[in-house]
Amino acid sequence: MPRLPKLPAPPLPSALQAPPPRPGEENGAPGALEEAKEAGITIVDWVDERTSISGVGRWLLFRKVPKGTNWYYTLGSATLFAFLSQAVTGVFLAMYYRPDASGGAYESIRHVTNEVFLGQFVRGMHKWGSSVMVVLIFLHMGRTFLFGAYKYPRELNWVIGVVLLVLTLVMAFTGYLLPFDQRSYWATIVGLNINGSGPLLGPYLSDFLRGGGEFTATTLSRFYAIHMLLVPGLIVALIGAHLYLVTKLGTTAPPWGKAEEPTELRERKA
Amino acid sequence: MPDKHAKYRSKYTADRLIPGAFDGETITRRRFMTGTAHTAGAVAAGAFTLPALAFSIGPVFKSDPHSWETVGSVGAFPNDNYVPVIVTLAPGIGEAGKTTVYIRKFNPVLDTDRYDRGTPYIAISTRCAHLGCPVRWVDAAKNFICPCHGGVYDLLGRRVGGPPVRPLDRFYTRVVGEQVQVGLRFSVNSELRRFSPRDPAEPLDGIGQYLYPSRPTEQKP
Repeated sequence: MPRLPKLPAPPLPSALQAPPPRPGEENGAPGALEEAKEAGITIVDWVDERTSISGVGRWLLFRKVPKGTNWYYTLGSATLFAFLSQAVTGVFLAMYYRPDASGGAYESIRHVTNEVFLGQFVRGMHKWGSSVMVVLIFLHMGRTFLFGAYKYPRELNWVIGVVLLVLTLVMAFTGYLLPFDQRSYWATIVGLNINGSGPLLGPYLSDFLRGGGEFTATTLSRFYAIHMLLVPGLIVALIGAHLYLVTKLGTTAPPWGKAEEPTELRERKA
Repeated sequence: MPDKHAKYRSKYTADRLIPGAFDGETITRRRFMTGTAHTAGAVAAGAFTLPALAFSIGPVFKSDPHSWETVGSVGAFPNDNYVPVIVTLAPGIGEAGKTTVYIRKFNPVLDTDRYDRGTPYIAISTRCAHLGCPVRWVDAAKNFICPCHGGVYDLLGRRVGGPPVRPLDRFYTRVVGEQVQVGLRFSVNSELRRFSPRDPAEPLDGIGQYLYPSRPTEQKP
């Protein structure tokens, strides 16, 4: 059978015809993707118009860094992420933990470890993450020291960093008691007595931490409050100050980098 | 405009030609309002900070009442060896609030120290004077030995080796009827002289008793 020629399609009524392109849209109407992008930009613009936050973002993120910046400069960010991991896992552990010295604390930790879905994993992240954070702080501190990055004008940032180190160690000490097993109980007894051995004020400091002359239920709830509310707030505030100063002052070049001669001086020498 | 850096400035605002000054006024109204606002802020902040602070450090100045605890009949304790008993130091927290106390009848041959005279029973605390770990009596060695850092004490609780800074603490004892009772803790220095209870790691010889003073939380007999 001979093939019939294809007949032209009848013209569509004007209501069904695609509208002609608008000016500036000669390449076709915007797709869903472009519209989504457009909507995102609109939202960002809306917020930025009312807060001017994009300037802060550019100031914080798009900084000039010195020549020779290398992987050692990421240790501070690594510490920050270790802290964020501790904060997130800690918040979720607090959903199960009970600071009850007459057996509830140990029981709640046992429940998290053995029965809660992924409980062992999240608790493990928090437990091992604390050591990771302390190690990273010391590496970050060593980098700062060896690169001479604590010198003028960054002394205050070093001081803030030292306070952050001490607060992190306070977190490690107070968190160690919370599982309330034999190891954490006796380690805390020893730790409290070590700070009590400071002359004159030491014994009063132990009394303050214990909430009295003897280790009681108050001690555990005190450690819990210090671990969960007091020190994290201070750490967040000081990290903010630390990052502000880093952004304001910039980072230092590594000590092996050579200062570049100003163009004028080079020309004059030539 | 009055010269701010002139050496002499009248204390009266009227003399300083400040507009709207009253006769006899010594402080501008603006300054007065600023001061009032700052004071109000400080009072408001203090109103919640100070009670919270006092609330948290209150236990440092509080001493809980402590009662005598019966530990056994008078015949249960020989005068040449220790019998461990368990007493409660902090009620309400289960095992963590209990401690072991080693008790022995007073022995005139062993307890020759003048400070021990008149004590019916010798009650030795197991809290190591180094950092507070629990010591135990090892009969084979005739010593108290601490598992944490190797503190060693003799039969009277005096240090013979390791890091402890003073002998083991003791408890007051008394006999009521036919029952032995254990009371408050006290600390001793290396001559077994008695002091109000101190925490571990606080030496009591020489200047130690002044560097580590008796505190309000420590109950005195």
